[in-house]
Amino acid sequence: MVKRKFSRSSLKGWLYLLPAILFLGAFMVYPLIDVFVYSFEEGYNSASQTYFGTGMYNYSYVLHDPYFLQAVKNTFILVIITVPLSTGIALLISIGLHSIKPLRELFQTIFFLPYVTNTLAVGMVFMILFKKTAYSEGLINLLIAWFGGEGVDFIDGPYWAKMFVLCFYTIWVVMPFKILILTSALSGVNQEYYHAARVDGTSKFRIFMRITLPMISPMIFYLIITGFIGAFKAYSDVVALFGTDLNAAGMNTIVGYVYDMLYGDSGGYPSYASAAAIILFAIILTITCINLLISNKKIHY
Amino acid sequence: MKVVLQNLTKKFPNRDRKKHEDVIAVDNFNFEIPDGKLIGLLGPSGCGKSTTLNLISGLVKPSEGRIFFGEDDVTDLPPENRGIGLVFQNYALYPHLTVKQNILFPLQNFKGKDKLSKAQMLEKAVEAAKLVQIDELMERKPRELSGGQQQRVAIARALVKMPKVLLLDEPLSNLDARLRLQTREEIRRIQRETKITTIFVTHDQEEAMSISDMIVVMKDGVVHQIGQPQKVYDSPINMFVAKFLGTPPINIFNGQIRDNRLYIGEDAVLSVSGVSERAVYVGIRPEGFILNDEGAFRCALNRVEVMGRDISVVSTNKECLNPVIRSIINAENRADVETEQSGKDAVVRFDLIPAKVFLFDRETEERVDFEVR
Repeated sequence: MVKRKFSRSSLKGWLYLLPAILFLGAFMVYPLIDVFVYSFEEGYNSASQTYFGTGMYNYSYVLHDPYFLQAVKNTFILVIITVPLSTGIALLISIGLHSIKPLRELFQTIFFLPYVTNTLAVGMVFMILFKKTAYSEGLINLLIAWFGGEGVDFIDGPYWAKMFVLCFYTIWVVMPFKILILTSALSGVNQEYYHAARVDGTSKFRIFMRITLPMISPMIFYLIITGFIGAFKAYSDVVALFGTDLNAAGMNTIVGYVYDMLYGDSGGYPSYASAAAIILFAIILTITCINLLISNKKIHY
Repeated sequence: MKVVLQNLTKKFPNRDRKKHEDVIAVDNFNFEIPDGKLIGLLGPSGCGKSTTLNLISGLVKPSEGRIFFGEDDVTDLPPENRGIGLVFQNYALYPHLTVKQNILFPLQNFKGKDKLSKAQMLEKAVEAAKLVQIDELMERKPRELSGGQQQRVAIARALVKMPKVLLLDEPLSNLDARLRLQTREEIRRIQRETKITTIFVTHDQEEAMSISDMIVVMKDGVVHQIGQPQKVYDSPINMFVAKFLGTPPINIFNGQIRDNRLYIGEDAVLSVSGVSERAVYVGIRPEGFILNDEGAFRCALNRVEVMGRDISVVSTNKECLNPVIRSIINAENRADVETEQSGKDAVVRFDLIPAKVFLFDRETEERVDFEVR
C-alpha cells in the first residue's frame, strides 16, 4: 500500500519534469551524444550522411593541427589572465561600492552599463580606442604617443598587443555581472557579524579576510566556475575584435576553431569539429572538477 | 567597572520626510551603574532599551550626553577601544568558524604588548568555554549546536577577553521556556563568578526581575523607574511601571476617594487617609485579594482556575479596566469558592491587602501615596 502510493507520487514528479527533460534531451543530450559519435567517424559528410571508417584519426588530426594548438594556447592564456583578474577587480569595485553611501546607486548603474550595452556598440568603442586606420591612430596610441612612447597596432600588430586587447575587452565585458553578484552578496552578509567583530577590535583587513571573504565565498566560487566556462567558450568577442579570419590573425579560440571546421573558409569537416568540441568538453569538465574539489575545502556554505 | 550615563540622548532623523521632528529613541538617560552588578534594562519593544545598549557599546553615537566607564569618558571612543563584551540577540556567531575559533577570535585581535602566544590564547579560550560549560563542543560549527549552546558560545566569546562591561541584547529571547529559565540562572552564576558589570536588555519583566540586582524600566525612550526589582514591584512610581511588572498583571479599577474611604463602584473597599477627595485609578496586585464572605469588595464570579499550589479566581467588575479581574488565592480557600460558585449570578467577595493596593492620579497616572486607617 505504502509502496504503491510512493510510486504514484513519484510518477507525478516525473510528469512535472517531463517538459524540461524532453527539451533538454532533444536539444542538449542528443546533440552531445551525436557529437561524441561523429568525433569517431572519419570523414563524415553531413550531406550524404556517409563516413569512411571509425577510429581515433579525427583526434590525432586535430591535436596535430598547428591552428588548433594555437587556438588552445590562445584560449588558455585568455582564461588564465581574465578569470582571476576580472573576479579580483570586480571584488575590489564591489567592496568600494559597498562602503560608500552617497551616489552608490549612480555608481552601481554606471558599472552595470556595459552589461546592457549592445555588443556592436562596444565593438565600435574598442575600435576607436585601439584600431589604427588610414584616418586615425586610435585613442590609446595617441595617448602612448603623448607620453612619448611608440604606438602599436593593437588589432593587426604583434601577438601580445592583440592578446592585451582581447583580455582587456573580456575583463571589461564580464565585469558588470560579477560586480552585480558580489555587491548583492556583500549586502547579504548580516551586519551583526561586523558589529561583533568591531566590538572585539578586529582590524579592517582581518574583518575582510576572516569574515567578509568566507561569507561571500560561495558567490566568488560561482563566479570563478562560470568565468572559467565562459572564457573557455570565448568566440564572439574575438570575432568582434579581429574579424572572421581568426586563424590568419593567429587569434583563434577553440570554439572559433570548431566553427571554422564546420562553416569557415576551411570548413566542411564535421568530424574534426566534433573531435575539437569533445576535447574542449573534456578540458572544461576537468577544470570544473578541480574547482569543485578545491571548493569543498575552502568554501563555507 | 562602574558605568555612568549622563543626560544620554539619542535622536534619529525621522524616516517620514514630511515630519521634521526627530525620533527620540533615548531621552535624557541618567544612571550610575555600580561596579559588578547585573542590571536589567526593561521595557516594551521600541522603548529605546536596545539603543541604550548600543550607545554604551559605542556602535551608536549619542546625540547628547556623556558615557563614563569608571572615571574615563568613553563617549567618543569607538567600540573596539571601550573594552566591552557584547552578546547579540541572534548571537552573531561566525558560521564558518568552529566554536573554538569563534572564542579565539577576539583574542587574536590583540596587538603589541597585549599580544598573546598561541598557548595562552588557547588556555583562555578553554577557560571561558569551561565557565559556560561548552568545553566539550569546541570543534563544532555553530549550526551544529542547539540554541542554548549557541547562546553559551556567544557569552564565552564576549567574556574571553575579560571585558570591563558585558552587554547582553535580549539574550534569552531565542530560547524555549525551559531553557530560558536555565540560561538565566547561568547568566546570573557567570556574572557572580566573573564580577563583571553586566547590562542586559529584555522585554520580559519576569526575566529581569528574577536575576537583576537593579532594573531600569523604560518606555518611549524615557526612564520611568530605577531600583531593586522587589522595590520597584512593591512601590511603582506610576501606572505604567505597575502594569508592566508582575504576572498576572495588576488589576486596574476606576475609584473614588470619598469621606476618607476608597470606593470602587458602590463598595467602600478601604479606609484611607492622607488623600484629598478625588477620582483615582486603583491598582490591585493579584495577590492583594483575600476571599471573605463578609468582604467589602464584591465582584461577579466568572470562573476558578486551579494552578496547583494556588488558585486563580477570575471575576468581573464594571469598574475594572482590565477585561477580567485575576486574583491569586492560596489553595486553602478553594472550598469556599466552590460552594459559592453554585448560584447563577454568583458573587465573590474580597478583602484587600492594603500594601498591594496602589492609587494613581487620573491625569498624570503618577502614584498617589495614602495611609490606611
